[in-house]
Amino acid sequence: MNKSKIRLDRVTLEYGKDRKHWWGFGKNEGETINGATKRVLDGIDLEIEAGEFVSILGHSGCGKSTLLKIIAGFVKPSGGSVWIDGLPVDGPRGDHVFVFQEGALFPWLTILKNVSLALNSLPDPTERIRKAKQYLELVSLEAFEDYYPHMLSGGMRQRAEIARAIAARPDVLLFDEPFSGLDYLTRLQMREEVLYLHMMLGSTTILFVTHDIDEALQLSNRVVILSEPPGRIKSCYTIAIPHPRLLSSTALGELRTEIYHQLGVHAAL
Amino acid sequence: MPEVEQILHSFYELIVDGSLLRHCVASLFRVTVGFYLAVLIAVPFGILLGCCQSIYRLLNPFIQFLRPISPLAWAPFAILWFGIGDLPAIFIIFLTSFFPLLVATIAAAAGIHPMYFQVAANLQMSRWNSFRNVVLPAIIPNVIMVLRVTLGIAWVVVVAAEMIAVKSGLGYLIIDGRNALRLDRVIVAMTAIGTIGVILDSVMRKLERIESVRWRIEQK
Repeated sequence: MNKSKIRLDRVTLEYGKDRKHWWGFGKNEGETINGATKRVLDGIDLEIEAGEFVSILGHSGCGKSTLLKIIAGFVKPSGGSVWIDGLPVDGPRGDHVFVFQEGALFPWLTILKNVSLALNSLPDPTERIRKAKQYLELVSLEAFEDYYPHMLSGGMRQRAEIARAIAARPDVLLFDEPFSGLDYLTRLQMREEVLYLHMMLGSTTILFVTHDIDEALQLSNRVVILSEPPGRIKSCYTIAIPHPRLLSSTALGELRTEIYHQLGVHAAL
Repeated sequence: MPEVEQILHSFYELIVDGSLLRHCVASLFRVTVGFYLAVLIAVPFGILLGCCQSIYRLLNPFIQFLRPISPLAWAPFAILWFGIGDLPAIFIIFLTSFFPLLVATIAAAAGIHPMYFQVAANLQMSRWNSFRNVVLPAIIPNVIMVLRVTLGIAWVVVVAAEMIAVKSGLGYLIIDGRNALRLDRVIVAMTAIGTIGVILDSVMRKLERIESVRWRIEQK
């Protein structure tokens, strides 16, 4: 019956209702404002196949990052459910890994140790280090293995974090605006890296939250556009153009115009 | 004010007969024991309270109730419970160090960014592993900073603590000098306290340069 990799079933989130974080303490994000509830996500239905690369686009505040956190199991939805491989998501798991905007590397560990933490299941520590080095090579950071995160540039940090995420051998990768803190050129380079990794990892499913339309166009098989809050799925576009994609091609250009219109941007075109 | 020559003379006197060293060692001993006892209890307890909000909510009123009571107010009880000797002074220094350490450790542990726990969950760390790899290293810079501050406070209080129930220590030297109207000796003791304070602080500052702590300073 249910063959899709990820299935969202009327996922709804309201602030001000019982919104528990799985870790049970810390800041109470999403407290009520004057006792009123605020609906952030409103009945999201979505099915994603294994190996797909799906981008989620939307204005800031439309709940796209929150949606990703719900899929990761970090936030419990107030209604609806998330299914991965036919099993309900009820907390964070090791097989769907979240890549944060920035600063999620442990600053007190070298990047080699950061990556080797993802390999904790290997009993032999030398094997762990050897594997971790391989993953750092994959993102061309092997020369920086003994550096602490604060010694690296933003782009390198992000690559190290991606290396750590794939070292955990997830079958779903959840990217939360991973390149928004990087400069424009680095961002372009990171697109190539992610495409390369996605090709290499084969069956890994990627969900990619962004507000950069070109990023979404260049990377994904499918673009999902969320509406203004409360977030609903406004439209979906499948992009069947093979990689590498030329952003200046007519097909992508038309799609870009269409998506800009969907997002209510007219002046910039 | 006593004359400079007189101060230097009693300095010389107290060094030669070895009593200055004896008083310094006595004070340092009490501060060391009281301070380390406080660290050993307050830091683990603070981590527990910082990580577990239900225990924190339960115990916080008691902590906030006890915290503003000056450690010196406990002096009569300290003598009643521990008699004459080192123990009452150690107890007072313990109390002085305990609450700042506890409150700072709670704040440090509760202030760890939730993102780090989410990463730990994603990397399937066990409870012990996430304690060792996340909680402990994340709070160490804050804890070391408060250790430095608290040791300073403990050293301030040693004088007051030694005004009761003991016949040694730099605090005793000050009280004794005052009673005998030997202000030169009081100044010698004050100088010794200040000098040791500088040394203690520079030792604590060395801790901040440990490799696994430096990230916090360099991040800024």
